[in-house]
Amino acid sequence: MARSKELVPSVGRLSRSQVFARRGLFKGQKKSENPAVTEVPATIEKSVGGDKNGGKRLVPTSKASRFYPAEDVRQPKKSRKSPKPTQLRSSITPGTVLILLAGRFRGKRVVFLKQLESGLLLVTGPFKLNGVPLRRVNQAYVIATTTNIDLGGFKVDDNINDAYFAKAATKGPRTAEQEFFEGGAPKAKEPFPESKSADQKAIDKVILDSAKKTVNLAKYLKASWGLSKGQFPHQLVF
Amino acid sequence: MSSADSTFKRFVEVGRVVLLKSGPFSGKIAVIAEIIDHNRAIIDGPTTGVTRQSFPYKHLTLTPLTLTKLPRGAGSGVIKKQLEQEAVVEKWDKSSWAQKRVAMEKRRSLNDLGRFSVMLAKKARRDSIRKSVRKARST
Repeated sequence: MARSKELVPSVGRLSRSQVFARRGLFKGQKKSENPAVTEVPATIEKSVGGDKNGGKRLVPTSKASRFYPAEDVRQPKKSRKSPKPTQLRSSITPGTVLILLAGRFRGKRVVFLKQLESGLLLVTGPFKLNGVPLRRVNQAYVIATTTNIDLGGFKVDDNINDAYFAKAATKGPRTAEQEFFEGGAPKAKEPFPESKSADQKAIDKVILDSAKKTVNLAKYLKASWGLSKGQFPHQLVF
Repeated sequence: MSSADSTFKRFVEVGRVVLLKSGPFSGKIAVIAEIIDHNRAIIDGPTTGVTRQSFPYKHLTLTPLTLTKLPRGAGSGVIKKQLEQEAVVEKWDKSSWAQKRVAMEKRRSLNDLGRFSVMLAKKARRDSIRKSVRKARST
């Protein structure tokens, strides 16, 4: 608080970001290792002179301040709020056909599999039909249709979770050059992991088999969705 | 005024069958039992589930059907009897107007897959028409 002198108790002259800028901590090297902390005992026994003083006394290692603030400074209230887990829309159940509204696959009809820990929806095209792979989507960017594909008690493997979709961490800083070129030539494309394509196939097989049982359903999933003239999404039944 | 003097075919008159265009009974038919003034009439539909009530002309449409022998201010019982006697509801359901309304309602209630299937069916119809026209032309 040295830089941000208090105007009134608990209100500094500078804002939080101004203090951050002036302290300049962002300039220094960031060390991931903390220096080893040597434990200091709270009190030390000291020998005291004089006959009637008991000879020894426990003395605190860090002396308490001699002064107290004249006014009590209020402690900021700790927030006890924590985000609730996302509630799945009641119209979305495993096997529901969803229409994606945003992102690279907007307009595609996909099949909902399960809700992940993060609240995102796990969906698949199936990949063979419309090119949408196993993918996470936010339910806000989705229209749930009343069409349901019977998954027949099929459970998506637990290893397909949020971590499954995370990018592999790269160590150290990388320049754009390093990212795309290797030895003066463009980098060879990394092949798609076989375990992932096997997962995709296993899940899609269940859906494709089930979709075949209903007339036009496979064609329906293959086609993309759109609004034509005079159609308004709030007036349509999905 | 008799209809002979006018070019109009449908009149607001006692016994006229009307189609309701708004309110909780919207889409149902009823009969004019009594004319209140130039804005409202008392309508009743004992066989169509419309309760006896005053209803503005603004929110109803006249149909070509009428109950010719209905007296002014007839009660629900008389109206019901005459509706059944003249089979007005059956006549209405058979009319192309009512059938078009039913078809429209059905289309509107289709879900996304239903609309897609309709699109495929229309495509197939277009295709077969195109092919048969071509065949007929070539011969």
